[in-house]
Amino acid sequence: MTWRSHTNRINRHPVAWFFLAPALTALAVFFVLPVAFALAMSFTDFDIYALGNWHFVQFVGLANYARILETPLFWTALRNTFYFVLVGGPLSVAVSLGTALMINSRLARFKSLFRTAYFLPVVTSLVAVAIVWRYLFHPAHGLLNYVLSWVGVSPIDWLGNPDFAMPAIILLAVWKNFGYNMLIFIAGLQNIPDELYEASEIDGAGAWKQFTSITIPMLVPTTIFVVTITIIGYFQLFAEPYVMTQGGPLNSTMSIVLLMYEQGFRWWSMGYAAAIAFVLFAIILVITLLQFAIQRRIQG
Amino acid sequence: MRRRIPAMALNVVLVVVAITTVTPVLWMVSASLMSPGEASSFPPSLLPKQPSLQHYKALVDRLHVVRYFFNSFVIAGAVTLISLLINSMAGFAFAKYRFRGRDRLFRILLTAMVIPAQVTMLPLFLMLKTFGLVNTYVGAIIPGLASIFGIFLIRQFANSIPDSLIEAARIDGASDFKIYRSIVIPLCKPILFTLALFTFMGTWNDFMWPLIIMSDDSMYTLPVAIANLMGEHTQDLELMMAGSVVTIIPVIVLFLAFQRHYVRGIMMGGVKE
Repeated sequence: MTWRSHTNRINRHPVAWFFLAPALTALAVFFVLPVAFALAMSFTDFDIYALGNWHFVQFVGLANYARILETPLFWTALRNTFYFVLVGGPLSVAVSLGTALMINSRLARFKSLFRTAYFLPVVTSLVAVAIVWRYLFHPAHGLLNYVLSWVGVSPIDWLGNPDFAMPAIILLAVWKNFGYNMLIFIAGLQNIPDELYEASEIDGAGAWKQFTSITIPMLVPTTIFVVTITIIGYFQLFAEPYVMTQGGPLNSTMSIVLLMYEQGFRWWSMGYAAAIAFVLFAIILVITLLQFAIQRRIQG
Repeated sequence: MRRRIPAMALNVVLVVVAITTVTPVLWMVSASLMSPGEASSFPPSLLPKQPSLQHYKALVDRLHVVRYFFNSFVIAGAVTLISLLINSMAGFAFAKYRFRGRDRLFRILLTAMVIPAQVTMLPLFLMLKTFGLVNTYVGAIIPGLASIFGIFLIRQFANSIPDSLIEAARIDGASDFKIYRSIVIPLCKPILFTLALFTFMGTWNDFMWPLIIMSDDSMYTLPVAIANLMGEHTQDLELMMAGSVVTIIPVIVLFLAFQRHYVRGIMMGGVKE
């Protein structure tokens, strides 16, 4: 009887490992191992010759990292990526929050229709919509310049002018992504208990007072989450410049991941590219740690 | 009455934003039906004068779009099915078994989510090249086999299955696999369906990995083929629009049909954590 009841328990761990084995094997072989391998690679001169014969690989210590710091193109890519993150990120979060507040408002009509319309760009393939946007941005016959001409703005060479190429990519990215965060904000808004609003209404608080003293404080955790995933996602900027501008004009839209791709898979400087990948990793790690620190501080 | 003006202003803004988000997609469909050169006239024409399917025909006849569609479908379908099986097994194990090191292992997995996928791409390419898997479906599928986020979602959901249900099945003599298949899987259906949608649409739209691993034209997925087409047929705007429409139609149809399930996944992933 003791034996029976023991085996009837759910904690027979050998069986648990049977269920875990496929996932853990896949993660170990195709995720953990490559990460370790990439770190090792970043300390070697793995290049096109090594690709043919691995005997050519030589340990070079921190030379790749030193080379990164000496390469102006890397600093350009880093600066562009920060530009994209620091301008595009807040803009995207602001649009998401604004639309979430509007859709959640009691005054809004056809809520689910608007929600669907706003979310539509999120599910589209970036490459496919990039084609449309390339023509919306066209200096001579693009819709955007046409609309701007109504208010007297002279034609802008969006993708051909180094000053406007990154703003154009930011516009595309915000248009494509804001619906995702909007849904998270809507969920956050709906999680605020109605009693809070009812109680403050009894206390005579107006709409604006309610907004600043209930809605905003209650949305802080959601906002931290949204800001973090947006920043992390935006640091991985790749497909937008790859399809729209190939990093140009004059490298004004070259991003860290695009640089990694070009160095690694176009020029096969894989050791160097691996080092770039780890710089990206370091940046994302720092942001995640910052998020944890801020969260801990807010929660007391 | 006091609220009529703010309400009108709010709804006008909502309509303007909706037009802005939907217009590029609608214009893509409209331009794909125009005759060559029509879309790039000035001022831009919004509707085709004589709608025609000639560009779709050209895509099928000359540009192997059926082949790309098939590649995308096979890869997205396979990733969805395999990852759902693998992740649901692991999610079940984490939720319903007590074994040594479980919580620590789970924490390690969550921590590993910080590592961006781009870090793995260079070595993964070399590994797959060594095994002759560059330019194959298997090579395209491999990074999507197991997903930590998927395991996490299923674990959260499976946690709510009462232990008593599982105990009862065990007393009736059900094996562990039987419990997984006939209790856990049916009860987890909602989250599995949501995850299936996410995985399929995410893999369908994925660009960077297929771009890296597929070097031969005949193995391209739709997004890679479209990007390639952009380089070769820059002048054929209407043709490229038709290619874009073919690429986004399946995901848009899936999204519109199963919107509720898709949105629930975002809410779950977003609110939790």
